[in-house]
Amino acid sequence: MNVFATALFVCGALIAKSVSANTPDGAVIAQQGNGHGVAPCMACHAADGSGQSAAGFPRLAGLSPTYLRKQLDDFANGSRTNATMQPVASGLSDAERDAVAAYYGGLPVPRVAPASVPSGEVAQLAQTLATRGRWPKGVPACEQCHGPGGMGVGDHFPPLAGQPALYLGNQLHAWQQVARRNDPLQLMQSVAGKLNDADIAAISAWYAAQPATLAKEQQP
Amino acid sequence: MKPLRWLAMTVLLALAACHRSEPQAASPAPHASAAVTPVTKDAGRFEPPAESSMPADDFGKQILLGRQIFNDTSHYAQAYVGNALTCENCHLDAGRLANSAPMWGAYPMYPAYRAKTHRVNTFAERLQGCFQYSMNGKAPPLGDDVLVALEAYAYWMSQHESIGVAPPGHGYPKLPKPAQAPDYARGAAVFKRDCALCHGDNGQGQQTAGRTVFPPLWGPQSFNWGAGMERLDNAVGFIKANMPLGRGDMLTDQDAWDVAYFMNAHERPQDPRFRGSVAETRKAYHDTPYSLYGVTVNGKALGEGTAHP
Repeated sequence: MNVFATALFVCGALIAKSVSANTPDGAVIAQQGNGHGVAPCMACHAADGSGQSAAGFPRLAGLSPTYLRKQLDDFANGSRTNATMQPVASGLSDAERDAVAAYYGGLPVPRVAPASVPSGEVAQLAQTLATRGRWPKGVPACEQCHGPGGMGVGDHFPPLAGQPALYLGNQLHAWQQVARRNDPLQLMQSVAGKLNDADIAAISAWYAAQPATLAKEQQP
Repeated sequence: MKPLRWLAMTVLLALAACHRSEPQAASPAPHASAAVTPVTKDAGRFEPPAESSMPADDFGKQILLGRQIFNDTSHYAQAYVGNALTCENCHLDAGRLANSAPMWGAYPMYPAYRAKTHRVNTFAERLQGCFQYSMNGKAPPLGDDVLVALEAYAYWMSQHESIGVAPPGHGYPKLPKPAQAPDYARGAAVFKRDCALCHGDNGQGQQTAGRTVFPPLWGPQSFNWGAGMERLDNAVGFIKANMPLGRGDMLTDQDAWDVAYFMNAHERPQDPRFRGSVAETRKAYHDTPYSLYGVTVNGKALGEGTAHP
């Protein structure tokens, strides 16, 4: 190989490296942080993006990248408040937010044993709210927007199934208290305002116990 | 003679409406563009029985089947459905919700003479129309399990109501005429702002796991040109009272008229009563200012129908 070709190869490799340094790697941010003070996401959301149910940290794996990106923006701008996530989101650049959202969106939904299924009246209340809502009070069924089994629909209606009960309950309370107000058309603020504490406890426990992927026999 | 013509038309429309107009509801004064007609407050409204009170016997089984057809029509009434809709898309809460054409508002009003068919129709015949037009499918034959179950469900829901008295909350609310004639461009802006989130930028709704979560509003998988929802006065009442889901009564009257116009200014499956030409069909079945069938909107002549999916 002549000197010229070698020089060309080295130049090319250097250019490639500098390009990749400018394009943040979502996996690297998730595992190591961004090198500018943002901690690795996996510290709370787990290496496989499944979250930590005991602490109420949600699953990110398999969620819509558009949804994840919007949440990061909203943590940064304060329309969704969270003491941990606010500095994290604010510390990520535009490109880093995109990268990390794309990374988690592309991860497969982890196979995690769902929480134990509620029983008795709690289960009945939850199932009614999930599948039928409480229309005389103007509450649609969760499924009417979040899809059958709470699997999530498109870029604006995230999955509820398999998310930690603590996380789901925290969000519903945050909407009630208008601490979270980043929902399109104020759909969730409207719904949460019509729920009581018992409703929130029941529906949170219910969805935490639902499988995050629809089993074949459940599919219509 | 314009005002007289309008009056005559209004009387005709009232007669032709799918659901009877409220007895002597005082017509509100004309509204400014930001007018808001409250449609969801109604004291002393009929409460349908709790679902937990369905009987557990053989009759109860038919009632339950009716409820199931309502929520998952393409599964439980597959043979008669030709699109991606369910009964519940237009009759919220499985046909129980006031101002969303509840079954307890319709059942006590049949048999009834209907201008749409020029004869007295039974409730079961009325249900056949839903499948032919709103579901863009086939009418189940009289006596078919699907019709029997739906009728049983509606009957059960209407217990203790007066026969022949339209209860408050029946049908869709009648909105006063808009301050400005409904407009496609304004409607498109309302759609983008308040509807596209769920129904998609192209109005085709959203599906997940092969199931329609948000219904398509036009196109081959939506209701056809013969459906009641094709009429602007029906569509505007539904939209105003019930959309966005869970946030009914949010839109101004003008926004609701504009977006109803926008929705119905799109192509959808042909009217099954098609008479060989759009003009003839309009004359026979759509001769009202509340139908855009055969009308040119935004440079497009409506009523050609969509290809069968």
